[in-house]
Amino acid sequence: MSGLLRRSYPLAPQRKLILTRLGPVSRLKILALLPLAVALSGCNYVVLAPAGDIAAQQRDLVIISTVLMLLIVVPVMALTVLFAWRYRQSNTEARYEPEWDHSTSLELVIWSAPLLIIVCLGALTWMGTHLLDPYRTLGRIHADRAVDQSKAPLEVDVVALDWKWLFIYPDYGIATVNDLAAPVDRPINFHITASSVMNSFYIPALAGQIYAMPGMETKLHAVVNQAGTYRGFSANYSGAGFSGMHFNFQGLDDKGFDAWIANAKSGGGSLGRAEYLQLEKPSQNEPVRRYGTVDSDLYRLILNMCVETGKMCQSEMMAIDAKGGLGHEGLNNTLPLAYDKYARRGTALGPEPAFVAGTCTPDAPQGKTTASIAAPVDTAPLLGAGLKRPTFTPLKSSSFFLGQRPKSDS
Amino acid sequence: MSPDVLKLIFGRLTFESLPLHEPIVVATFAVVATGGLVMLAGLTYFRLWGYLWSEWFTSVDHKRIGIMYMILGIVMLLRGFADALMMRLQQALAFGGSEGYLNAHHYDQVFTAHGVIMIFFVAMPLVTGLMNFVVPLQIGARDVSFPFLNNFSFWMTVGGAVLVMASLFIGEFARTGWLAYPPLSNIGYSPDVGVDYYIWGLQVAGVGTTLSGINLICTIVKLRCPGMTMMRMPVFTWTALCTNVLIVASFPVLTVVLALLSLDRYVGTNFFTNDFGGSPMMYVNLIWIWGHPEVYILVLPAFGIFSEVTSTFSGKRLFGYTSMVYATVVITILSYLVWLHHFFTMGSGASVNSFFGITTMIISIPTGAKMFNWLFTMYRGRIRFELPMMWTIAFMLTFVLGGMTGVLLAVPPADFVLHNSLFLIAHFHNVIIGGVVFGAFAGIGYWFPKAFGFKLDPFWGKLSFWFWVTGFYLAFMPLYVLGLMGVTRRLRVFDDPSLQIWFIVAGIGAFLVFLGILSMLMQFAVSFLRREQLKDVTGDPWDARTLEWATSSPPPAYNFAFTPVVHDNDAWWDMKRRGYQRPLLGFKPIHMPSSTGTGIILAGFATAMGFGLIWYIWWLAAASFIAMLAVGIGHTFNYHRDFDIPADDVIRTEDARTKLLAGAK
Repeated sequence: MSGLLRRSYPLAPQRKLILTRLGPVSRLKILALLPLAVALSGCNYVVLAPAGDIAAQQRDLVIISTVLMLLIVVPVMALTVLFAWRYRQSNTEARYEPEWDHSTSLELVIWSAPLLIIVCLGALTWMGTHLLDPYRTLGRIHADRAVDQSKAPLEVDVVALDWKWLFIYPDYGIATVNDLAAPVDRPINFHITASSVMNSFYIPALAGQIYAMPGMETKLHAVVNQAGTYRGFSANYSGAGFSGMHFNFQGLDDKGFDAWIANAKSGGGSLGRAEYLQLEKPSQNEPVRRYGTVDSDLYRLILNMCVETGKMCQSEMMAIDAKGGLGHEGLNNTLPLAYDKYARRGTALGPEPAFVAGTCTPDAPQGKTTASIAAPVDTAPLLGAGLKRPTFTPLKSSSFFLGQRPKSDS
Repeated sequence: MSPDVLKLIFGRLTFESLPLHEPIVVATFAVVATGGLVMLAGLTYFRLWGYLWSEWFTSVDHKRIGIMYMILGIVMLLRGFADALMMRLQQALAFGGSEGYLNAHHYDQVFTAHGVIMIFFVAMPLVTGLMNFVVPLQIGARDVSFPFLNNFSFWMTVGGAVLVMASLFIGEFARTGWLAYPPLSNIGYSPDVGVDYYIWGLQVAGVGTTLSGINLICTIVKLRCPGMTMMRMPVFTWTALCTNVLIVASFPVLTVVLALLSLDRYVGTNFFTNDFGGSPMMYVNLIWIWGHPEVYILVLPAFGIFSEVTSTFSGKRLFGYTSMVYATVVITILSYLVWLHHFFTMGSGASVNSFFGITTMIISIPTGAKMFNWLFTMYRGRIRFELPMMWTIAFMLTFVLGGMTGVLLAVPPADFVLHNSLFLIAHFHNVIIGGVVFGAFAGIGYWFPKAFGFKLDPFWGKLSFWFWVTGFYLAFMPLYVLGLMGVTRRLRVFDDPSLQIWFIVAGIGAFLVFLGILSMLMQFAVSFLRREQLKDVTGDPWDARTLEWATSSPPPAYNFAFTPVVHDNDAWWDMKRRGYQRPLLGFKPIHMPSSTGTGIILAGFATAMGFGLIWYIWWLAAASFIAMLAVGIGHTFNYHRDFDIPADDVIRTEDARTKLLAGAK
C-alpha cells in the first residue's frame, strides 16, 4: 500500500497546470471521481504521501480504517438507493407488507455487523494508538530499518510564540525562528511548549500534530526518511497572526545538516533572556532568523514561565506546593507568579498589573522598599514542612517534573 | 461631562465602539435598519402590534412558541449563512499574495460568529421548535407541563440571539473560535468586549435551553394520554425525551464553565489562566463535556424526524421500534463518554486516547442499527417521494459518509494527521448539515401542514432541495480533499496557489446552498399565496400514523377536544384502521393556561443585564437584575394563570371542523 501511494513530493506546479487547463465541466468530473483522484494523483496529498515513517504509519491507519468502514458503508448506500427505487409507490409489482416490522434474525445482523467492524477497528485503534504514541521513543526509522543505537537522536526544543516558531537545538547551541532542519533517518525528539496561547505543532510530511501549550511540555518523536523541504505550521488557531505562522522543515543528508548548523552558528546573534523577551512580543509573518549561540537554560525558563527576572518558576512553585504550600504568607508570592494575566506581554493592552500582596511593587518584587511591612505576629516557621522562605531568583538546578528533561538525568 | 461620569454611565461603551469606520458593517447596518423600519412601519400601519403581543409574544401555547422558535432559527440562519459566504469568499480570494477582502480582525470574528450562531441560534431553535410543536400533540396533551416557563425559555433564547446580533453593530464579537479556548479568550489576550458578548449571549440563551429541557422532560413523563406507555411513544417523542435529558445534564456544565471564564475575566480568578497554577486544559475538558452531548442533542431529534417520515411515507410500521428506542438510549448514555476525542492531540497518553477512541466508535453501532432500521422500514413499503422523504434519502446517503469520516477521526493516530484540518470541518458539516439541517427541513416540510393547514409548495421545495444537496457536496467534498493535503482550518490567507481551485469549487457550492435558502424562503412565500390550492382540511394530509394527525390543521388551542386513548404504537394509524369516529357531542369546558407578558419582560431585563455586564455599565446590570427579581416575585402574585374555554366555544370549533370534513368528502 505504501508503495502505491508514495510519490516524490514537490510536484505541485505540474498539478496546478493540469487543473487550470481543464474547463469547469472537467473540474466537476474530477470532483465526481474524487476517491480515484486521491489514489492516482497523490503528489500534493501530503497526508497520504508523507516523507516520515510515523506519518506513513498514521496514513496506513487512515487507509485501513477507511477500507474497513467501507465494508459496511457501501452496502448501506447501495441498499438505500436500491430500496428507494424498488419500493417506490409507482412500482406496484413490489411486495408491500405494511405490518411487517420485526425480524429477530435481521436485528441480529444489523447489530452484529457494525459490532464486528468496530471490534476489528477497536483492536487496530488500541494497538495503533500505543505504537504511534507521540511520547514513545522510536523503535524503527523505516518499515525495514531499526534505529541505529550508535547515533544519538536529535533534540529540538520547540516554542510556539505569537506568531512564529522558535526552535532551539540544545546539543548544537543554536536557535532559529521559522526554520527547522533535521538529518534524514536520524530520530528527532521534540520538546514542545508555547509562550502565551495554545498552538499545535504540525508538519504533515513528518508526523501527526501535538498541541503546544504555555507552561506545559508535550513531546513528539519522529523521523524523516526522504530529503526535501516540507511545510510546517500551527494547526490550532491562536489569534490575529495565525495564518502566517508557518515554517519550512528541511530533511537534509548528514553533510547538508552539518552545513546548515554551521551556517546558523556563523550567522551570529545570540539568544539570551533579554533577546527572547524581545522576540516573544507579538509579530506577524516573521522571516527566518538564526542565532549562533543560545542561553542553555532558556528553554527550561520558557517552559516554567520565568524568563523575566524576578518571576518564580512554575517548577519552584510546584515544589513549594508539593511540600504543603506557604499558607497565608504565600500571598507574598503572587507578584512573581503573575505572567500574562492582565495583558499580552509587550503590548499596551489592558490595565496595569495588579497583585494581591500589598508589600510588593513591580520595581521591588521582594518588597524591600516598602517601609510599612509589619513584622509577622507569629514567628514560628511558615506552613509548608519547614521550608525556608523562598527567594525569587529562579533556581538553576531545579528539575521538578515540568522542568525535567530526559538528557539532564544522565 | 467629566470622563469619570461618562464612564459611570456608559461603562466602556464609547463612540469609538460603534464600527462607523468599517464600510461593510455600516452597509449591513443600513440594510438591517431599513428592513427593520419597514417591518415596524408595516406592523404599525396594519395595526398588528396588539395582535402580535396578545396572540404570539405573550402566548403560552406550545404550538405558537414552537413556530416562533422556527422563525428565530430561520432568521438566524440568514445571519450565520452570510458569515459562511464571507468566509468562503475570503478563502477563495486570498491567494498569491492577496490578502483577500477581510482583515484578521474581521475574519476571526466572522468564523467565530458563524459557529456560535449556527449551533446555538439556528440548530438549537429549529430542534427545540419542532419538539415544542410536535411533542405535546404526539402524546395527546393539551400543552407542555409548564406553559409559562416555555414562553420564558423562548424569550431567553431570543435574548441571547439579540446580544450576539448586537455585537455586530455595537462593539465586536469574539475572535477566539466558537468554543473560546483560554488563554486566548482570557482577559490578557482578549481584553475587548467580544468574548463578553459570547459569554453573556450564551448564558442568557442557556437559561432558556435548560428550562425548556426540564419542561419537555416533565411533559413527556407526566402528560402522556391514557394507554401511551413508554414503549408506545412515537420515536420522535423518544428522541425528544433523550435529547432533553442530555440538555438538562449537560447545559449546566456549559453554564458553569462560562461562569468560571467570566470570573477569570471580571474578578481576576485563575481557573484557566497561565498564571498561579490555572489550567486552560481544564476549560477544554469541561467545554467538551458539554460540547459532545450537544452534538447528540441536535442530531437525536433529527433521527426521530427521519423515523416518523420514513414510516409515514413508506406506508409501513417502523422496522425494529424496540431496537430503535434502545439505540437512542444507548447513544444518550455513550455521548458522555467520548468528549476527549476532540483533543487527542493534547497529549493525554495512549491508554486514555484509545479508551475515548473506542467509546466513540462504539456509538457508531447503535447509529448503524438505526440506519438499518430506516432501511428495512423502506423495504417492502410503498414509498411516496414527497419532500420530507427526499430529505430523508439525502440524509441517509450523506450521513453515512459523515459517520464514516467521524469514526476515522476517532482513531487517535489518524486524528493526529487530520485534527483541526479542513477534513475535520468537512466531517462535522457533513453530519450537522446532512443530519440536523436535512432533518429540520424534513420536519418543517412534514409538520408545516399541521401548523398552518396548507402544504408547502412542492416546486420551490424541490428546487431548494436540489440546490442544498448539490451545494452541500460541492462545498464540502473539496474540504475533505484539502484536509488530505494538510490544509488547516481558520486560515485567512494561503501561499500555495495549487489549492485555490478547491476553494473556488467550495465557494460555488456555498453559493448553490445560498440559492437553496432563497428557494426555501420563496417556497414559504409562494405557499402562503397559494394557500387555498394547497389547503388540507382533513388534518391528515400524508396518511400518517401518530396522534398529532388526529386533530385538525392547524390544531385548536386545546389540541384535542377529548383526550385520546391509545392502544398501539402507531396510535392514529390504529384508530383509522379500526374505523375511528370523531366525537360530535358531549363537549365540556376545557381548562387552559392564560397568556402572560412576564416571560418577555423577564428576558428583556436579562438581556439588558447581559448588555450592562458586557460594557461594564454596572448600574444597568444591577438595576436589570433587581428588576428581574421584582418581576419574578411579582409574577408569583399573578392569580390569573388559567381559564376555561367555554363548552360553547369548543362546540363551535368542533362543528366548524365537522363541516370542513364533510366538505372534503
